[in-house]
Amino acid sequence: MERPVTLTINGKSHTVQVEPRALLAHVLRDTLNLTGTHVGCDTSQCGACTVLIDGQAVKSCTVLAVQAAGSAITTIEGLAKGDTLHPLQMAFWEKHGLQCGFCTPGMILTAMDFLAHHPDPTDDEIRQAIEGNLCRCTGYQNIVAAIKAAAATLRAGHAGAAA
Amino acid sequence: MATLFGSGIKRREDPRLITGKATYVDDVKLPGLTYAVFARSPYAHARITRVDVSAARGAPGVIAVYTGQDVKDKLNPVPCAWNVPGCDLKVPAHPLLAWEKVRYAGDAVAMIVAETRAQARDALDLVDVDYEPLGATADPEKATQPGAAQLHADVPGNIAFTWVVNGGDAAAAFDTAEVAVSERIVQQRLLPTAMEPRAAVAQYNSGSGQLTLWATSQNPHIHRFLCSVMLQLPEHRIRVIAPEVGGGFGSKIPAYPDEALVSFASMQLGVPVKWTEDRSENYKVTIHGRDHIEYVEMCGTKDGRITGLRTKVYAGLGAYASTAAPGIPTILHGLVYSGSYMIPNIHGTIHGVYTNGTPVDAYRGAGRPEAAYLIERLVDIYARKIGMDPIEVRRKNFIPKDQFPYTVATGLIYDSGNYEGALDKALGILDLKAFRAEQARARKDGRYLGLGLVSYIEICGLGPSQVAGAVGFGGGLYDSAIVRVYPTGVVRVYIGASPHGQGEETTFAQIVAQEFGYPVESVEIIHGDTDNTPQGWGTYGSRTTAVCGSAVKNAALKVKEKAKLLAAHLLEVSEADLEWKDDAFRVKGSPDKAKGMAELALMANVAWNMPPGMEPGMEATAFFDPTNFVYPFGTHICTVDVDVHTGQVKILRYIAVDDCGPPINPMIVDGQIHGGVIQGIGEGLQEIAVYDDEAQLVTGTMMDYAVPKASQMPFIEVAHTITPSPVNPLGVKGCGEAGTIASAACLVNAVCDALAPFGITHIDKPLTPARVWAAIQKAKGAQA
Repeated sequence: MERPVTLTINGKSHTVQVEPRALLAHVLRDTLNLTGTHVGCDTSQCGACTVLIDGQAVKSCTVLAVQAAGSAITTIEGLAKGDTLHPLQMAFWEKHGLQCGFCTPGMILTAMDFLAHHPDPTDDEIRQAIEGNLCRCTGYQNIVAAIKAAAATLRAGHAGAAA
Repeated sequence: MATLFGSGIKRREDPRLITGKATYVDDVKLPGLTYAVFARSPYAHARITRVDVSAARGAPGVIAVYTGQDVKDKLNPVPCAWNVPGCDLKVPAHPLLAWEKVRYAGDAVAMIVAETRAQARDALDLVDVDYEPLGATADPEKATQPGAAQLHADVPGNIAFTWVVNGGDAAAAFDTAEVAVSERIVQQRLLPTAMEPRAAVAQYNSGSGQLTLWATSQNPHIHRFLCSVMLQLPEHRIRVIAPEVGGGFGSKIPAYPDEALVSFASMQLGVPVKWTEDRSENYKVTIHGRDHIEYVEMCGTKDGRITGLRTKVYAGLGAYASTAAPGIPTILHGLVYSGSYMIPNIHGTIHGVYTNGTPVDAYRGAGRPEAAYLIERLVDIYARKIGMDPIEVRRKNFIPKDQFPYTVATGLIYDSGNYEGALDKALGILDLKAFRAEQARARKDGRYLGLGLVSYIEICGLGPSQVAGAVGFGGGLYDSAIVRVYPTGVVRVYIGASPHGQGEETTFAQIVAQEFGYPVESVEIIHGDTDNTPQGWGTYGSRTTAVCGSAVKNAALKVKEKAKLLAAHLLEVSEADLEWKDDAFRVKGSPDKAKGMAELALMANVAWNMPPGMEPGMEATAFFDPTNFVYPFGTHICTVDVDVHTGQVKILRYIAVDDCGPPINPMIVDGQIHGGVIQGIGEGLQEIAVYDDEAQLVTGTMMDYAVPKASQMPFIEVAHTITPSPVNPLGVKGCGEAGTIASAACLVNAVCDALAPFGITHIDKPLTPARVWAAIQKAKGAQA
């Protein structure tokens, strides 16, 4: 039977009726119309459904919606501030870090969590960090370049804020 | 103003994609939407003796259940659209829902439509089917042997066709050859794995009699036609929309039962119906690629002149002939056997074979990677046999750059090329001498480094429609564009092709903006909706820019021609007195007297002062049908370090030099190369669709099928040479498949070079540690 669950998504609280078995990925997409979160597999390999739960990158197909109750969830729709893109979004655009775009939201959110803890990563570290996110179009090369560029932008931003 | 053609500007499609605002098929929601799922056979080959869907029909939320018996007299089978002539092709019926027999694990037997996705899935467990299992095999060679299970009553020996390519006299060449080498090569089945699984949403309006189908399609116009055939609904009553499509790699070209069945359900039930594949279903039922078992031979002189190439190929088609399947291992494979070389004598016998596997169709490169792989492997094996550097063998046999257009033994006419130029550029990046020295040093230390090199050609820009007709392709291969300039001067371009990640919303806008002297933002490319785009033949075969891009250019030129006449009229000068400079038609000698496109568009659209006889409006349609294919080429080099104790292959460097003519957007071209190379490295190193002895797919999820991960893949050093094609007004060739065509062979060549001290000349891909290690052990045993 469906039950109410309250989720805080991109800073806004939503109370929705969900089946206990409903996955967070499906509730985001089907119930809340946040279709930027994609589903690319059924075994938690592809990472297209990655969102942030309390700042941590999580494959939303591995989480029941009821488990996420009370958590703060960030989806791709919540990254830009008005017309201002997040540095990761900007870097993916500038470095051609996407082609079909299906893996991109998950890729960006995984990178966001990673950069929060590794502000100045090497290419190898980036490649390790995104190995749970599959992309079939780009060969990863420009994704790595994008994440590296975003890291530099974010570092410069923090340095600017500190000055 | 800056030159847009040739500029690596940011992609215009990206803002919606990086903010989660793009609409893929599964994102489409409609009032009253219902959900379909399919009951699929767990057996690879079985007779259906009973189907009981009564419990499923009574399950909560279920609206309808259809079985094969319910639809077999109402819907036509899935058509095969490439009727390759002269090979006795047999295409047995592919029912949308199986009702007599299932022929592969995944063949659908029933469709359930319910109010929610979950209810549909729950009801699936209640479908009760009795099967009488039959023998099964997914091996295309074994399927032809006596005693093999027969899939189709009217296809003896499971042989769908036997196609022969013949140029020169291969038998005589081999009989008299100084040297001949041979190999049995397995080109494994691959799973295309577009990141977005397939999906379809069908909405039938019984009032207007119109069906709208949102589909994950690389070619909505082809899907409109094929759905018309399956549904027996006139083509003009069907609108196919391919919205955002999350990759295809060939797997979203064919017609499948699923989209026709949801359309049928919507027509029957009067409600919109959605079906979305899950990944396990995708691996089971969406087409696979490759699946060749090949017996290949090359002959030549002792000093490195190749004189002949001969093959016998068993090409697995899977259980049914998918849309383009017969053309892949024949026209797109056998005709390309000359590669970059002057090979005077070529003979190939290709058996297309039905097996109890998922249908096989076009997967990135489609036939051409299989050809490049066997040619480039054979060149290395031959070079080893005669003790000559494989690079020198290539050089010696290249078609020289001054010989184009060049007719190869199989009859193709290569448009333009400079194969040695690409080779030299790649070798320059590598520093061959330094690598060979390092390799020699390493061998003394018991480390095995190797160098693989491939000089490939590709046949793409498909292609002249007349040729399409001659080789049995069930459609044209031209493409189309409408350039429409609005009264305010902004432009929309409606194209027949249907990009899905390749970036033509940007590159095509660059073409038009360049012609009109516009900022690129003033041009918008519209694609993917059959109701507002002209007839096109889709995005595949590295054809979109060469063919549809040329239509865009020609349509823009037509508009400009009209604009010039109007400018002359408004400026009261003769046409001959005008020249196009920067962003306007200007009077020669008085450049301030000028009319730009925006002003001319306004004047044409309001039509207050037109020259006598000129129609109002500022738009043009162009259909472009090329006179020949285009033949991109290049040289790739890969260096590897093989751990002979574990069989692990480490890629040290990967250098790709590709020539696809003048790049419109170099950033996008490089991105295509990156992706293609990694797909080919995946094929070379780790990807394989495995079937067991009962034709069950063992690698049926992403846990088992090794899609390349970022951490496993190398950095790719990309460079280009530029040799324009004479067959289209842009001079462009194609770059979508190039990387994949070269890289699998390049990797295997590198590993075989590394293991030359063990006497190893060939290991079948994918070169997993287990396979490499086993090959080393076997070679050591033979040497001992």
